[in-house]
Amino acid sequence: MSESVLATLEGTGGPAEPLLRPGNGNCGGCGMSTALQFLGRAREARSIELVIPASCAAVAVGPFPYSALGVPTILTTFGSAAAVATGLSHAARLNGEGTRVVCWAGDGGTYDIGMASLSGAAERNEDILYVCYDNEIYGNTGGQRSSATPHGAATSNTLRGKVEQKKDILGIMAAHRIPYAASVSLAHPEDAIRKMRRALDMKGFRFLHVLAPCPTGWKSEPALGIELVRLAVRSGLFPVVEVIDGRRTTINVEPDFAEEALELYLSLQRRFQKSEIDAAALRPAIDRHWRDLRARSGRIVPADREG
Amino acid sequence: MSGQLLSANHAAAIGAALAGRANRTGRGFVSGVYPITPSTECMELLCNQEIEKGHVVRVESEHSAMAVCIGGAAGGARTFTTSSSNGLAFMAENVVAAALLRLPVVMVAANRTLGPPWNIWADHGDTLMLRDTGWIQMYCADNQEVLDTVLCAFRLAEDRRILLPALVCQEAFVLSHTMARTHVPTQDEVDRFLPPLDLPGRLVGTARIVGGLTVPQTTEVHRAQHHQAMGRFFEVYREVQDAFEAVFGRRPADPVVPYRADDADVLVVSMGTIGSTVERAVDVAREKGIRLGALRVRTFRPFPAELLAAAFRGRPRIAVIDRNVSLGFGGVLWGEARGLADPGAVVQGYMIGIGGGDVRPEHVLALAEDVASRQAAGAPVLMEAGA
Repeated sequence: MSESVLATLEGTGGPAEPLLRPGNGNCGGCGMSTALQFLGRAREARSIELVIPASCAAVAVGPFPYSALGVPTILTTFGSAAAVATGLSHAARLNGEGTRVVCWAGDGGTYDIGMASLSGAAERNEDILYVCYDNEIYGNTGGQRSSATPHGAATSNTLRGKVEQKKDILGIMAAHRIPYAASVSLAHPEDAIRKMRRALDMKGFRFLHVLAPCPTGWKSEPALGIELVRLAVRSGLFPVVEVIDGRRTTINVEPDFAEEALELYLSLQRRFQKSEIDAAALRPAIDRHWRDLRARSGRIVPADREG
Repeated sequence: MSGQLLSANHAAAIGAALAGRANRTGRGFVSGVYPITPSTECMELLCNQEIEKGHVVRVESEHSAMAVCIGGAAGGARTFTTSSSNGLAFMAENVVAAALLRLPVVMVAANRTLGPPWNIWADHGDTLMLRDTGWIQMYCADNQEVLDTVLCAFRLAEDRRILLPALVCQEAFVLSHTMARTHVPTQDEVDRFLPPLDLPGRLVGTARIVGGLTVPQTTEVHRAQHHQAMGRFFEVYREVQDAFEAVFGRRPADPVVPYRADDADVLVVSMGTIGSTVERAVDVAREKGIRLGALRVRTFRPFPAELLAAAFRGRPRIAVIDRNVSLGFGGVLWGEARGLADPGAVVQGYMIGIGGGDVRPEHVLALAEDVASRQAAGAPVLMEAGA
């Protein structure tokens, strides 16, 4: 590949460059694509560098030397995103650059194999924004269970549905007392972009958890992804919150906990059908989680039900 | 001779800190470190050094230590780490990544036996396990050589004709914890020897991809380029030796170090500190009128095949000492060197000092006698050195 050809392939990485370019390899309806578009909108003129461990995001970039991403990007080994980002962030800081180093990792690279390096970077309060796009499955390898897969979901290696509960990743990260940890709903774009901007502009370790619908793994309609997220939020299954310094918890979206929302959420995804898990079976765990959240937020009674 | 009393671990750390500061006019110095016996004192001292425009990050594992170096190097910084034994095994995935990304990371390994069962003593099996990862590998025989090789390693790794990570090996305790008089250069000297790193394709500003997906034909090109870069090592190393000598007034040792080898009836080939022991044995044998000679392989990757073949020419009996066992095969160095001798020459492998056994001159004399008595080479011999 000649230098001139390479030069035409390389963008400037400036704000005019879209973050996710045409020609990326994501499936139709991929929640991670939507999340990347949100991040692209949130960053405006900020210069960012992406650190991507093995994941669908790594594959979506396309073959070398092309890149579907409009910013400097390094693909890392599976468990190393937060540690590689640490090195990049120190190099940027030593040279007085205002670059935001952003990890863009799936749930496998975050909840499982990347947990040690993630925890280490959070404990050291590295100047990194870590975004976990959580599609609740090892999507890139064809849909195996991860510790983010919810109870009852069938995967290619838990054919009758996963028996265990999903890890509380936001609780784990907040317990590191990092400056900022928040969950992001793709069905609530104003809240999502506000959080992304806030996280981009803070110093120290910031963590965002994005529920990213995966039509391929969830066995759902590609067009329904955003609606599924809305149902997950409404039902209380996916709390939309932010936690400052591991102490101050704010509930950003108050669910109505509608039974109908939870039932719809389950029925619109074939991954929940083999286990025959139903709303009634999931409700106690949701209630328990919300009791904890309310206690931590200091609001025992939901804001909109106060007298 | 002037100098300071330093362990090889401290000599390595001081070398890394000097090299780190020398990049203050470049993009600085980034290091990720994690403790493991017997390399701990190297990272400890590095953590306690003042390094202008440098950060040493105390990470949670060896895997992350190398990952920090990968990130720092991708951002254009000079990078360094140190580890040993099972730490290197745990780090291995990112050791491979640093090489395949062509990032000029420098690492010092304190060679230690792999476990379990746990043994902290010297064995080359840990770094030889990383033989095929695409790193330059150099083995040292004394503390001065460790410090000098660290400085040379940065210059070699960062040379645009090479751009490969470099591993500097020193044996557990024999060097790592043993104090010896070591000349420490001034910062000004190191600044003159080590130009600031100007890494092409670093991840700053431009929207490029580092480590993107490849298909077979691209990988073939990448491997060919990597292999060719290895091939340029010996030519570049001669320049580095000249430059080093011009600044510091001493010449770093050659990739293969001969000792009284020209007229030897029996040649003993080894790596690391056993090379010093062999030289002592050569002197003892020569006093008795036995024409023993030695070759110390200092650069193991790239493998100095031409240099060894030239040194083997006309030598009828060659003993190769390995402080390692490739289980189910024999010594790794023997396996690579045995095909380079003259047709009909006897090349016999001896594995000794495994798990840190103390190899003494009498062991070398015994195996030299053994190879002298042989008409043909046999299966590699595992010798006990004991404690």
